[in-house]
Amino acid sequence: MSAPVHAPAPGRDARALAELARTIRIRTLQMTHRAKSSHIGTCFSMADLLAVLYGRVLQVDPARPDLPGRDRFVLSKGHGCAALYAVLAERGFFPTPWLDRFYQDGSTLWGHATHHGVPGVEVSTGSLGHGLSLACGMALAAKHDGHSWRVFALLSDGECDEGSTWEGALFAPHHGLDNLVVIVDYNKIQSFGTVKQVLDLEPFADKWRAFGWAVREIDGHAIETVVEVCERLPFERGRPSCLIAHTVKGKGVSFMEGDLLWHYRAPDADELRRALQELGAAQ
Amino acid sequence: MRTAFVQALTDLASRDRRITLITGDLGFGVLEGFGRAYPHQFFNIGVAEQNMTSVAAGMALTGRIVFTYSIGNFPTLRCLEQIRNDVCYHEADVKVVTIGGGFAYGALGMSHHATEDLAIMRALPNMVVVAPGDPLETAAAVRAVAERSGPCYLRLGRAGEHTVHGDGMRFELGRAITLRDGGDVTLISTGAMLERALRVAERLDAEGVHARVVSMHTLKPLDTDAVADAARQTGAIVTLEEHSAIGGLGSAVAEALLDGPVCPVRLRRVALPSMFAPTVGGQDYLRDALGLSESAVAEAVRSLLAARAREMSGWNGASGS
Repeated sequence: MSAPVHAPAPGRDARALAELARTIRIRTLQMTHRAKSSHIGTCFSMADLLAVLYGRVLQVDPARPDLPGRDRFVLSKGHGCAALYAVLAERGFFPTPWLDRFYQDGSTLWGHATHHGVPGVEVSTGSLGHGLSLACGMALAAKHDGHSWRVFALLSDGECDEGSTWEGALFAPHHGLDNLVVIVDYNKIQSFGTVKQVLDLEPFADKWRAFGWAVREIDGHAIETVVEVCERLPFERGRPSCLIAHTVKGKGVSFMEGDLLWHYRAPDADELRRALQELGAAQ
Repeated sequence: MRTAFVQALTDLASRDRRITLITGDLGFGVLEGFGRAYPHQFFNIGVAEQNMTSVAAGMALTGRIVFTYSIGNFPTLRCLEQIRNDVCYHEADVKVVTIGGGFAYGALGMSHHATEDLAIMRALPNMVVVAPGDPLETAAAVRAVAERSGPCYLRLGRAGEHTVHGDGMRFELGRAITLRDGGDVTLISTGAMLERALRVAERLDAEGVHARVVSMHTLKPLDTDAVADAARQTGAIVTLEEHSAIGGLGSAVAEALLDGPVCPVRLRRVALPSMFAPTVGGQDYLRDALGLSESAVAEAVRSLLAARAREMSGWNGASGS
């Protein structure tokens, strides 16, 4: 058995988790503004999920990011890395000033999730449809090696277009990987339009169920609900868990919510000011 | 080579619980013994090579040494990006194994011809590329790549390749093996063409041409010293591979010669033209039809030596005038 993790995630209450999510959004705004980078909308749709995971659920130790017994978190939607970097910095995996170097020449914080030189990033992603299978491999090894740690993979809805995602979806239940949790950030907007317009995933939950997953659907911004459902993992013994989190792209800033534009656009100075104002950030 | 691979891996698995074999639902009649003996070290992933490769990377990141197994292009091209991003970028301890390099599955058709794999695998950062020349090299290569942490591509033949090495073979990754010495020309072979290279050398002997035969079982990192020695000491090199002329052994040797110290050497690459096989054929038929026959190799040597002789007489004539 692997060594127990001695520094459990801080048991933050819903208010503290909401505050963490707000901080993720603020930092992400500042990072994407400075970097003139894309993907703020996808960072915002998963900000509350990340806050719950890193503020409450994941057994990880910022002082020892390579601890063998840690829970593994795979950000399969690697384009949302700004939010991941932000929460890792907030948890103390690396100094917050590093975030100022996001996208900058000579820095380690690339525009898609990268593990080299970034403590706490488990795997590098960026091409969609890789994360679930990577997570399956970790979970399979953990099962057969008798480890109790768990694997969480956060997927985008768009990457459920990838055939490889469904190869992993077929694989995990067959091997009874109840130490594996997939969370889909179902914000309903992908690169070219809405999921419904581009390649409809519905009936989405039924597809996962049909593949053999134990599925729950929740509001991915209702922090207390997310906490509650994560405390019931695995949803069923012997099956991998799938949490479909209904979210809103750009959630948290009124003029970004549900707007495809913010898959691409970086906030300019005025938009940054207005967005920070809405988030109640000191400027 | 397949049998040598499975035996060597079984032996390793018995001593090291980290050794894991994952197949993409191929190896019927070959892998069952391994699976029965080591059920926690063997997984048939199904016909899903992308998943197979990422699962292997995920397992390797937890400390396992994972061999992925399939045939032809399935474990390489079908999941190329998984190899590049998940295996190579993470320096994951994954060894991609293919059975059926070149035309080993000849009559099965284009889909089963692995004839560009070396070039593609060689281009990937952190990837070690190994194509053993006979069953003994295969067994040694399995042990060597298991010991060396990090990504590797192991390109094997299929079944029935003859053992060409004697008992005293010394195998080291990145160190070519000289099987036969000669001063007129060096035949550098990779993969299952080794036996053919040796036969050509014997044939040339009868013509008074003494060929050195080198097995370049590791394409990456390439043994550039062996290439430089061949250039300096024999002045003529013919490379031999069951692979496209683009990007494989011949290209690697040419690159090494151009990158290395200037030395007068002539090079001929015996390799496949960049095309799909036009007619049905077994391995021997397709090799012969596409320029890899013993006669073609021997002719490449003769024409190379003739060109060199003309060149030298030209130099002599120039210096005498």
